[in-house]
Amino acid sequence: MTTKTFETVQTGTGILPVVFAIILGLGIVAITGHVQASTLHDAAHDVRHANGFPCH
Amino acid sequence: MTRHMMCATPTAFPATKLMFTRILTSAVFAGAAAGLISALLLLVFVQPVLLHAELYETQELVHFGAEAVSAHPDIGGFDLQRDGQSILFQALIFVGYALVMIAFMSLAEMQGHVITARTGVIWGVAGFVAFHLAPGFSLAPEVPGAAHIDVGERQVWWWATAVAAGLALWLIAFGRSWVMWGAAIALLLAPHLIGAPQAESFAGPVPPELGALYAARALGVGLAGWALLGCFAGFFWHREGANPA
Repeated sequence: MTTKTFETVQTGTGILPVVFAIILGLGIVAITGHVQASTLHDAAHDVRHANGFPCH
Repeated sequence: MTRHMMCATPTAFPATKLMFTRILTSAVFAGAAAGLISALLLLVFVQPVLLHAELYETQELVHFGAEAVSAHPDIGGFDLQRDGQSILFQALIFVGYALVMIAFMSLAEMQGHVITARTGVIWGVAGFVAFHLAPGFSLAPEVPGAAHIDVGERQVWWWATAVAAGLALWLIAFGRSWVMWGAAIALLLAPHLIGAPQAESFAGPVPPELGALYAARALGVGLAGWALLGCFAGFFWHREGANPA
């Protein structure tokens, strides 16, 4: 039982920050580029078009 | 066993934290720098075409109307609020992209691949293909006022295509058999063979010359921005590794 915990911690050292960074990065792109709330849409409108995100 | 765990816990978590700090620091610097340069390129080369197209969207100008319309109308200059927001959001989007790219760079480095500013340029071009060129191949960067259908459907297709293309490029770069390269080709082709959600009929009021120029400029500036992002990401990732905080 204790050994399992030890292995999980060791394996997670490399992968956890990578997974978290990918989720955080995609989250930022989704909020700035894709969420349709009107304030966000209006503020980011021009760069959404320029970056090729579906905008309207 | 208990002793092992007590030893592992304090060494493992600082390593995790250090790794994340390195990814985050590199991504913020690389994303902000490339995002700001990219935003300036957008304002010089892309924004004037968008503003020109908006004159047709709002029907201030009419294509194929009773009289020929000048191709060089006054489109105004720098708008502090509107263009300021564009600069801010372009930097934010690029920080997001940088987080994803540097996370994958760190995975490649764990497998023994060297990440520097020079190799970073190739990563940047690959990022451009995954997030801009591949979705844009069937959902071209479009001017305001173009005909379209439900934005939600197109967003789902956009994300699926970007993820598929990203995975395909990883398989092309790091795969070691024709099974992997074959899968990559299938992943690159499938979204376009299935097809992006397209409008039932065309109703765009903007001249095709402007639409074509807009798509070309958006893709061109996109490539420049992504190449810079990859270069900066490789540089900062390498530097943060050489001088850990």
